[in-house]
Amino acid sequence: MTTHTLRSKRRRSALRTAAFMSPWLIGFTVFFAYPMVSTVYFSFMKYDGFGAPSFNGLSNWTYVFADYPMFWPSLRNTLWLVLVMVTCRVVFGLGIGMLITKIRTGTGLFRTFFYLPYLAPPVAATLAFVFLLNPGTGPVNAILGDLGLPTPGWFNDASWSKPALTMLAVWGIGDLMVIFMAALLDVPKEQYEAAELDGASGWQRFRFVTLPNISPIVLFAVVTGVIQAMQYYTQPLVAGKVASGVIGGSGQQFEPGYPDKSTLTLPQLVYNLGFQRFDYSSACVVALVLFALAMAFTALLMRGRNNLIQAGD
Amino acid sequence: MTRLLDTPRPVAAADGPTPAERTARRKALLHWIAVHSLGIAAALFFVLPFVFVVLTSLMSDQQALTRDLTPNTWEWGNYRRVFETPGFLTWWRNTLLYAGLGTVLTVVSSVPVAYALAKFRFRGRKLSLMLVISMMMLPPQVVIIPMYLFWAKQLDLSGTLWPLIIPMAFGDAFSIFLLRQFLLTIPNEYLDAAKVDGCGEFRTLIKVVLPMAKPGIAAIALFQFFAAWNDYFGPQIYASENPAAWTLSYGLESFKGAHHTDWNLTMAATVLVMAPVIAVFFFAQKAFVEGVTLTGVKG
Repeated sequence: MTTHTLRSKRRRSALRTAAFMSPWLIGFTVFFAYPMVSTVYFSFMKYDGFGAPSFNGLSNWTYVFADYPMFWPSLRNTLWLVLVMVTCRVVFGLGIGMLITKIRTGTGLFRTFFYLPYLAPPVAATLAFVFLLNPGTGPVNAILGDLGLPTPGWFNDASWSKPALTMLAVWGIGDLMVIFMAALLDVPKEQYEAAELDGASGWQRFRFVTLPNISPIVLFAVVTGVIQAMQYYTQPLVAGKVASGVIGGSGQQFEPGYPDKSTLTLPQLVYNLGFQRFDYSSACVVALVLFALAMAFTALLMRGRNNLIQAGD
Repeated sequence: MTRLLDTPRPVAAADGPTPAERTARRKALLHWIAVHSLGIAAALFFVLPFVFVVLTSLMSDQQALTRDLTPNTWEWGNYRRVFETPGFLTWWRNTLLYAGLGTVLTVVSSVPVAYALAKFRFRGRKLSLMLVISMMMLPPQVVIIPMYLFWAKQLDLSGTLWPLIIPMAFGDAFSIFLLRQFLLTIPNEYLDAAKVDGCGEFRTLIKVVLPMAKPGIAAIALFQFFAAWNDYFGPQIYASENPAAWTLSYGLESFKGAHHTDWNLTMAATVLVMAPVIAVFFFAQKAFVEGVTLTGVKG
């Protein structure tokens, strides 16, 4: 084969690759690369949507970190969500996954019951929980009251709003259940038999056989959970809006975070700054903080010892 | 489902169970009872919220204001009243347009990309894949300011759902990634055989790969449909100014605003937003669960 035909063959194969990749190449450029560059640009400008942007140095950055009253509360909330909500979801997800592998009668029915809430659209599920947990007439407090137990204010009480959101998140645990179930069924059965011959107790079998075998999946669940916690948007915003009683698609303004900033998360700040205060530049600063955090954990997912998402071959 | 049984099944002996066998059998029974009681308790936690929502949706206006758990009279007319609420049918239509058209565009644009990433060897493939994963993990709020300015100020499309639908014609990161994971499981021998028969890459994709990739495509179509159905942030940013462009997920919240004390109507509307998703799930259960496992992990 001559070098000429070889080269033209190579060119053809490069063109073919470009053709197959083209939808994403355009999408990547227009909906990712360009707006990322633009976000960085605006974060150093002063821009409210009218007139031309003017250079503003680091003012937006110092404003967000030092003077914007919602920034640090939202980071603290995110940390709380990472520590409590993610832990609860992983622990219960694993528990439910283990339970379903042991259930022998009506397995399909149980699995469907456990899985269904994951499918509930977030706005609908949030609305349902605000109703279930509403302090006055909600069924949960009605039952707690009848049992003589304390009846918390849930979404209307700053110290109970995040636990209420955690319950909502644990309710929708179906995704983790399925992943853990698949992982548990992949644990070699011989290892359990060997452990049993050695007289291992139930806990020892879990600790020394189950856990080492599924630890990559646990890590995957934790890291994706952290990423989801940082992106947490619809549920806390809708819960706050509905519980506060201030709603209106385009009418009244609702300051996110009700009650008392306890449900604020970073993505809500982008909305608050950009679309309620029309301070596009400061919104871009928060967007970049969010970006940095999300990418740090994504890198962990790809680079980790276990190469959790198989980016290679 | 029975692979993890840790209680060995006792072997029946010809001359009746020995005492040791009897203890083993009793232990197995106790284990069965413990596991299934726990299962029922968990099932109650997952199902009761649905039950209370449906029960409340059937209460009369007066009773919905009380602490009662079950309706005294069953007001099925509540559902009719929800449908008669101005806008509700428009939200349905908009949601179907957003979810339906968006899903078709996503599948058509993501399949060739996923195929290239799974089966072609080219420089920059690994980098592309890492960028796809990064985009998948990117919160939509990160790029929303420039994107909003682009759609609203340059193309004058705010107040419509087009800023949400059009991007789906250019590949969706999550769908590309999920489908690529699926295509990796198709042995190269099939593709080579097609090429020996004289098929180009495009024909190989259409004739050989697509029929084999049906479960993967079903999974991304379902996920994309649900993502659009559930989307709140997108319609909030682009459609909030124009109620004629609202979707169910966005409109549902304002429904609560318009009927603030009528929990019965709000819960009926909630049921009507949840029901289609759950119905679709029952028809496509297998594809769905397969998809969830795929996004997970091959590790």
